Amino acid sequence: MFPTPIQKASLKINITYKVLLIITLVLWLLPLIAVMMTSVRTSGDILKGNYWTVPTEFALIENYGTVFKLGNLARYFFNSLVITLPTVLGTIVLSSMTGYTLAVHRFKLNFLVFAMFIAGNFIPFQILMIPVRHLTINLGMYDTYWGLIVFHIAFQTGFCTFFLRNFIKELPFELIESARADGATEWTIYRKIIIPLTLPAIAALAVLEFTFIWNDYFWCLILSQSEGTKPITLGLQTLQGQWMSSWNIVSAGSVVAALPPVIMFFTMQKHFIQGLTFGAVKG
Amino acid sequence: MTFWQRNQLRIAPFYFLAPGLMLFLIYVIYPIIDSIWVSFHEWNGMSKDLLKADGTPKNWKWVGFGNYIDLFQDEDFYVAFFNNVRWLILSLLVIPLGLALALFLNQDFKGMRYIKSLFYFPFVINLVVVGLIFAWFYNPKYGLLGQAFSGLGLKPIPILSDELYATYGIIFASFWPSIAYTMIIYITGLTGINREMIEAGRIDGASGFKMLWHIILPQLKPATLIAVVVTIVGALRSFDLIAIMTAGGPWGSTKVLAYKMYEEALFNFRMGYGAAVATILFLLMDIYIAYFLYNLFKNERGAK
Repeated sequence: MFPTPIQKASLKINITYKVLLIITLVLWLLPLIAVMMTSVRTSGDILKGNYWTVPTEFALIENYGTVFKLGNLARYFFNSLVITLPTVLGTIVLSSMTGYTLAVHRFKLNFLVFAMFIAGNFIPFQILMIPVRHLTINLGMYDTYWGLIVFHIAFQTGFCTFFLRNFIKELPFELIESARADGATEWTIYRKIIIPLTLPAIAALAVLEFTFIWNDYFWCLILSQSEGTKPITLGLQTLQGQWMSSWNIVSAGSVVAALPPVIMFFTMQKHFIQGLTFGAVKG
Repeated sequence: MTFWQRNQLRIAPFYFLAPGLMLFLIYVIYPIIDSIWVSFHEWNGMSKDLLKADGTPKNWKWVGFGNYIDLFQDEDFYVAFFNNVRWLILSLLVIPLGLALALFLNQDFKGMRYIKSLFYFPFVINLVVVGLIFAWFYNPKYGLLGQAFSGLGLKPIPILSDELYATYGIIFASFWPSIAYTMIIYITGLTGINREMIEAGRIDGASGFKMLWHIILPQLKPATLIAVVVTIVGALRSFDLIAIMTAGGPWGSTKVLAYKMYEEALFNFRMGYGAAVATILFLLMDIYIAYFLYNLFKNERGAK
């Protein structure tokens, strides 16, 4: 291990390290700590300019109640869920199919199609903006859940195909060959062999995609506008416009908006890291 | 055997690819081509089919390279372009910083796993929240920075409303999630390091920086490649934080190409002009896409 494991060092160094670790952690998360503390402050505290002290009074229920009732946050939260969950599901279904065939079948355009999916990951969103917006308007899907869902699925399929194709390529090919010898169709192989073996990768992708889509800001800005469709990223900005200097209210909204990916991340940490650093070890 | 069964292996790719590929072609490949096509036109975004009295389209006109010529004479374009350059260069700092943090955290004792995951947090938090937090931090009246300045007896600088500092303020905010990202990449990279080589290095008397430079970094090459690609793409894509923290202001000083494009198309209704900006951004990014694909292609060949 590098650097040298701390256990091998003297007690003095051990203590210094741990103290430094805690200080770094607090500094690193200071912005978050501030937001969480502010989200339970009373307006009186805010008016007095007590931002960085321990709150004199707690207004947890009032503040969070306000964002949900007056700030329409419940609606934005719901919209985000309705957009995110089908997107994750759809992307995984489509990309497990494309990933499977690109990993297993030999055909002429295989590498070209694969390269196209990869290249799609890196393009700037702006090159898609005008046509995608017009296409969505022309299909009657502007400012609907479907407009965002279908676009997200199409775009994310690129990254997920890349990811799953490489994963499936590492699976033992003999399994597929022996299934073929037993007369299994390609569709059966995909469903009965590939999907079960690919589940860890799918879990990793699901967590990652959930975070990407939940946190998307640009495409909601381009493809939605009304309260009924707006997801939470956009909703939070609206909230900030309404409650300009009520930092306690805006902070409460921020905590709610940030929470689902954070929970997802904490509970599925192992999968998350696997997904994120895919390729960082193997190249 | 039926025809279907005999030709299964040849037919399978089509139906496995069809749904995903079709969506991808419609929503990603076609729009790229369409954007480039639009960039050679003057278009206000209204119907292209509406005709004027003389039979020519009312809202849609071919202008050749007109948009690009305008662009290169537009002072605003250079502001945005050089802001992108600033983003790009400064963002590269994120790589060594992420590595340093990863090395600092690469210890293993009880509870360390949870501490590490707390360090990952900024990466999963959405940029609207990050933007709001930092806008507040920079606020001269209420923010921590302003209070620190006052505490030192100095006049607080309104970072985000000062042309000189605003872009740097936003870039600095972007460091928080980006460092978290490169750190995650390096922490995983570090777990894959060959232990024997480290031991051998220790026996040879290498330690500290020498060890890092000669033994650790070469093994972290794949992680570094990913970190570089992610950082560069992120820097060229920067949009969210700018939209949230300054909306391109003060006086357009924080605009980047991505933001300028958005503004021209959606607020000034100059689709062609916006598409030209997007095309330039796309061409810049292509250099990196080509490099990445080239690397990948080399590896695939090597693996065979």
